[in-house]
Amino acid sequence: MRHLLDIMDFSVVELQELIDCAMDIIAQPKKYAETCHGKKLATLFFEPSTRTRLSFEAAMYELGGNVLGFSDGSNSSAAKGESVSDTIEVVSCYADIIAMRHPKEGAPLVATRRTGVPIINAGDGGHCHPTQTLADLLTIHRELGRLDHLTIGLCGDLKFGRTVHSLIAAMSRYEGVRFVLISPEELRVPGYVINEIMEPAGVPYVEVRSLEEAMPELDVLYMTRIQRERFTNQEEYMRLKDSYVLTPEKMKTAKQEMRVLHPLPRVNEISVAVDDDPRAAYFRQALNGKYMRMALILKLLEVTV
Amino acid sequence: MIIGDIVNGIVIDHIKVGQGEEIYHALELDKLDAMVIVLHNATSAAMGHKDVIKFDKIIDLDLDKLSYIAPGVTVSVIKGGEVVVSEELELPERLVNVVQCRNPRCITSVEQELAHEFRLANREKRVYRCIYCESEA
Repeated sequence: MRHLLDIMDFSVVELQELIDCAMDIIAQPKKYAETCHGKKLATLFFEPSTRTRLSFEAAMYELGGNVLGFSDGSNSSAAKGESVSDTIEVVSCYADIIAMRHPKEGAPLVATRRTGVPIINAGDGGHCHPTQTLADLLTIHRELGRLDHLTIGLCGDLKFGRTVHSLIAAMSRYEGVRFVLISPEELRVPGYVINEIMEPAGVPYVEVRSLEEAMPELDVLYMTRIQRERFTNQEEYMRLKDSYVLTPEKMKTAKQEMRVLHPLPRVNEISVAVDDDPRAAYFRQALNGKYMRMALILKLLEVTV
Repeated sequence: MIIGDIVNGIVIDHIKVGQGEEIYHALELDKLDAMVIVLHNATSAAMGHKDVIKFDKIIDLDLDKLSYIAPGVTVSVIKGGEVVVSEELELPERLVNVVQCRNPRCITSVEQELAHEFRLANREKRVYRCIYCESEA
């Protein structure tokens, strides 16, 4: 039995299998409509999340399965002080697969020790969010036709952004990938991401402050939100929150085939005027997330189609 | 200065000068019902100077903790006046309940009776990371 806690739990070959499965789902949705008939997905969201939970639930319904769970820890036994281990052991009696989001980092790992069903990490604090990375990979694949030989710009909060760290780790395994890390000094990518991920993989990177200067060379621009909740000093948040705003003016210097991704939700780092640009792929990215979650559920439930 | 040899006990040798006291307290040797010698600044052919700890009782040492605090020390078990085991300690691959994760967002901060576990992420730089949240020890 497999779980997905961290994007690095899956090899490049396995990621490609998921992408291939998602592409087949997109091409032939009817073929998959009853593949999870009689199966139940538990969505255990110990902290609220709208899009990730709905994406998981939509994924399971489109596979013909059912969904149970809760959308806020305050409505669950966790509010009474029950441990993650105990909650998971009980829910495992009712569900065939569990997708969980928890504010504490490492909670899904704890869950795997007390369950007989696959666990999917749907976000654990600032640590990992591997299914977002699955959405990112399918989007890059669909939009650009490849995952190798790309110059990827990551812009905004590169310090606290878990999706940034996961994407760097995942993409560092593909040949010819190069990163342009665009952030204010205070929100640079942490040293361990450089020392323990990029440098051992021999991945070239540059750190810059200017989005405008980086723009012309990028194949992918991954924008991120400056997250208010990560700051203890609100003055610093106010100073940094508008560091980068992507506008149609800035898009003029980008390549025609460049694509803009964003894990969403956005605040104001991408002007709504950019939404109609065909290179803006972030809403298609959200849809791709559902397809990859469908492929993931099938893989972890070992359903053959 | 002459210090008697141990007949049955343990010798922790090749300790960096000044670290003997730290090891003594970390391993709670002050609570040991046995004679304990902490030798400071002893002459060493290999190190110049070193600390040495000897005690005349064979106990289960917390080798993970010892090798985390002082990698490179040698632990010798003496029985009947003979060295029966001698091992130079390396940094352990895993630490269980040796250090506490300090990340308040880590699941170890709330989950009942969950062990604090770290894995060796970089031997050269002595970096350990929490297996739950990846924070550095």
